[in-house]
Amino acid sequence: MAIKTEPVMINLGPQHPSTHGVFRMRVTFDGEVIVDMEPIFGYLHRGIEKLAESKTYLQNIPYTDRLDYVAAMSNNLAYVLAVEKLAGIAVPERAEYLRVIMAELMRIASHLIAVGALLNDMGAFFTPLMYMFREREKILDLFEMVCGQRLTYNYMRFGGVSHDIPEEFTPALERFIDEMPRFIDEYDQLLAENEIVLARIKGVGVLPADKAINASVSGPVLRASGVKWDIRRADPYSVYDRFDFEIPTGKMGDIYDRYWVRIQEMRQSVRIIEQAMAQLPQGEVRTRVPALLQPPKGEAYARIEAPKGELGFYLVSDGSPKPYRFKVRAPSLLNLTVLRDLVIGWKLADAVVIFGSIDVCMGEVDR
Amino acid sequence: MTKPLSGLEVARQIGERFPDAVTGSDETAIFVHSEALLKVAHFLKESLDLDYLTSITAVDFFDHVELVYHLTSIEKNYSVVLKTRCEKDKKMDSVVGLWQGADFQEREVYDLMGISFEGHPNLKRLFLWQGFQGHPLRKDYPLDVPGGWKEK
Repeated sequence: MAIKTEPVMINLGPQHPSTHGVFRMRVTFDGEVIVDMEPIFGYLHRGIEKLAESKTYLQNIPYTDRLDYVAAMSNNLAYVLAVEKLAGIAVPERAEYLRVIMAELMRIASHLIAVGALLNDMGAFFTPLMYMFREREKILDLFEMVCGQRLTYNYMRFGGVSHDIPEEFTPALERFIDEMPRFIDEYDQLLAENEIVLARIKGVGVLPADKAINASVSGPVLRASGVKWDIRRADPYSVYDRFDFEIPTGKMGDIYDRYWVRIQEMRQSVRIIEQAMAQLPQGEVRTRVPALLQPPKGEAYARIEAPKGELGFYLVSDGSPKPYRFKVRAPSLLNLTVLRDLVIGWKLADAVVIFGSIDVCMGEVDR
Repeated sequence: MTKPLSGLEVARQIGERFPDAVTGSDETAIFVHSEALLKVAHFLKESLDLDYLTSITAVDFFDHVELVYHLTSIEKNYSVVLKTRCEKDKKMDSVVGLWQGADFQEREVYDLMGISFEGHPNLKRLFLWQGFQGHPLRKDYPLDVPGGWKEK
């Protein structure tokens, strides 16, 4: 005799340790299996796009820090690239290299959180995350040396960066670069050789390549599905065309591949920083740009490969000191497009891990 | 390097297929009629392999809203910018059927700019709560509401 059952609806979030911020999933279950999921956004909506229209171009740099606060340096970079494109500002060579070094350090720091938090979601409560924080701490120390801040850096400026690196930065960075590959091996050993971890993430939440492209997914999630698309290579900005690095791609697009791609990208970032340090030229770090910058009428779209995917800024100028339109193409929001399709058919504990493997930052999703 | 395709050249190709669709073009962008947007988008996706919808932006110009579609071809590595002029009270055709990535972006445009999309499977506000009055990204949205921000 068939037992009559009814679907059960459960609210996951907005306050939940696995949602990495204030994100809510309204999940419908049939027994233990997810049959439907609706993501609900907006708990961290601060209206940054509207706010930016009432501030000058320079005043908007600190706001970009607050978008993806786990990778603030990358947001700075994308925004200043857009304004430089709009106003036609040249950047000194040394500043370009410093930008690349900071962006790659930021990528390592962001991926460390992504990988650590993923394990946190799987139930390895905070121990692996603290291993990752050990190295992230060193990166934050480096950032503190160059700009005095540890979370919201406000470091990039139109036509360069705010400060040159201090004397103690180079030896500290060299020490970090020296140690980092060993630490990455350590994470990989601890995690990828752990049978419980593998059982939870191999073959779970598979995202096929064509679906990923159709849903505008970008960054490590897209590459884990086997699409070799990295803005640093496909559309090089700054001086990325001068470095030798590989683009790791996954095979099937499951959680393991997303994890693996991030681990490999950290290794490649270390390589890029090594080359950038070796090539770092002397000279100015900033061109003179008026504080009340008034770009000519027009529009510009600049994009970078942020740790979470393609981060783009679309700016429209009407010739005044304030942007007429300030739009952020947030990779975190667009990567969540596929979340519903990924979690259907899996259980609640898997949904938490699948969500963690996409690696979103709610500051960027809700803006 | 992602090559931005010349708007003039792409507009010529669209014009051969749909003579009335294009309203103008320059080196960077193609302007199309809002009614023709869906068929032009379909044509671009099929014939030029523009398989990746980078972003949808709405810009308020007081009397109308301009919708900007950034399209990219991942395989061939080039990009096209498609623009359309949309009256504020008119409905647009949704492109979710072509690119799933338009789902949240169209909801965002609807939420903050107040443009409705016909054919969208779930057109609800994305960030603001259901029942919120007005569309904040519009230029005429009043900022001096009780509790709102005021310029000194």
